[in-house]
Amino acid sequence: MSTRHILLGLLAAGPSHGYDLKRRHDERFPQARPLAYGQVYTTLQRLVRDGLARVEGTDADGGPERTRYRATDDGVRELARWTAQPTPPAPFVTNEIFAKVVVAILTGGDPAAYLRAQRAAHMARMRELTALKTDPGADLATVLSADYALNHLDADLRWMTTTAARLTTLTAEVDTA
Amino acid sequence: MTDIGGPPQAATDSGRPLLAARNLTKTYGRTHALRGAGIELAAGEILAVTGPSGSGKSTLLHCLAGIVRPDGGEVTYGRERLDRLPEERLSELRRTEFGVVFQFGQLLPELTALDNVALPLLLAGTARARAHERAGAWLERFGVRGQQDLRPGELSGGQAQRVALARALVTGPRVVFADEPTGALDSLAGEQVMSALVRTARADGTAVLLVTHDAQVAAYADREVRMRDGAVAGAEVTS
Repeated sequence: MSTRHILLGLLAAGPSHGYDLKRRHDERFPQARPLAYGQVYTTLQRLVRDGLARVEGTDADGGPERTRYRATDDGVRELARWTAQPTPPAPFVTNEIFAKVVVAILTGGDPAAYLRAQRAAHMARMRELTALKTDPGADLATVLSADYALNHLDADLRWMTTTAARLTTLTAEVDTA
Repeated sequence: MTDIGGPPQAATDSGRPLLAARNLTKTYGRTHALRGAGIELAAGEILAVTGPSGSGKSTLLHCLAGIVRPDGGEVTYGRERLDRLPEERLSELRRTEFGVVFQFGQLLPELTALDNVALPLLLAGTARARAHERAGAWLERFGVRGQQDLRPGELSGGQAQRVALARALVTGPRVVFADEPTGALDSLAGEQVMSALVRTARADGTAVLLVTHDAQVAAYADREVRMRDGAVAGAEVTS
């Protein structure tokens, strides 16, 4: 995940202070992990160093002085390049659910019981996300991020269903490996 | 957690489920569709029944809705034994207390959307003008009032399902049985149908028994029951 490009993208939509940028990030990406202020300021300094953003001025508004940043033309070009470039599909399976099933088989655990419990946890989260996105007040960013999460959880569930059906075969393969 | 409108109480005021099945069996020829299935639905609850094809979920719905009689076991609706009721009383329940929505094909092709929705009211003896007025209000509620003069063949899949929902709910049933209601729709049309169904059921306190193979559809429900080989594989309780 390129925090650098995401912040640059927000900056390209309008000049901003670090504090506002963090707030706008958390609004636009409501299901993402909230950004730390420290990370925002470090990223802004690097964007300026690399010529993708520049300091436009400072504001005080009666409070502490705040630096206002803006994206440069190079920054806008970099965003166009980044958003057009396909992200490489993940080459390795690093999922913890998969790992737990294999370890449960290796150690004589009960992978079927684990899969049932995991399904219940996934369904509970999917209900929360469905409620979130169907709330009449939900904005587009919330709906899009809930859709994204729902589709990924659904993919996990489909894999878990197939795995539960395959468990007998899988157990035999791991045991003899 | 934050369900749409919040889940209802787990049982009716008397502490009994609104609808319950115990140890149901049903055989079609040599196929055992149900092998001891049991389920409970509380008043106002939205319950998803999921499971692979052939796991018996649709047969369970048909037994609970009084469409099919089980070979063995009990179905209780309130204080009545549904599996023992005479056909006349079953038919009355299906007209007044139950609403049913299938994947597709339940609308009469020669009638307009408005007439399709008004039909259950007309069959129950409501005057034509009053039936049309109420049918129109239900089409409005499901966002398809503008299509009231179209016939099913002229509606999109999502519009047709919303008309079917309006028809299932127009009599003010206590339970709606929905068998893969979004099965023939793309995901956005399916979302509109499910949102409309859940919003309306919550507002009116209607219980919904939702059969689906799709986890994203099941996520609209308060609770999920998984079926496998004609029986309930494991129920999970939410909240």
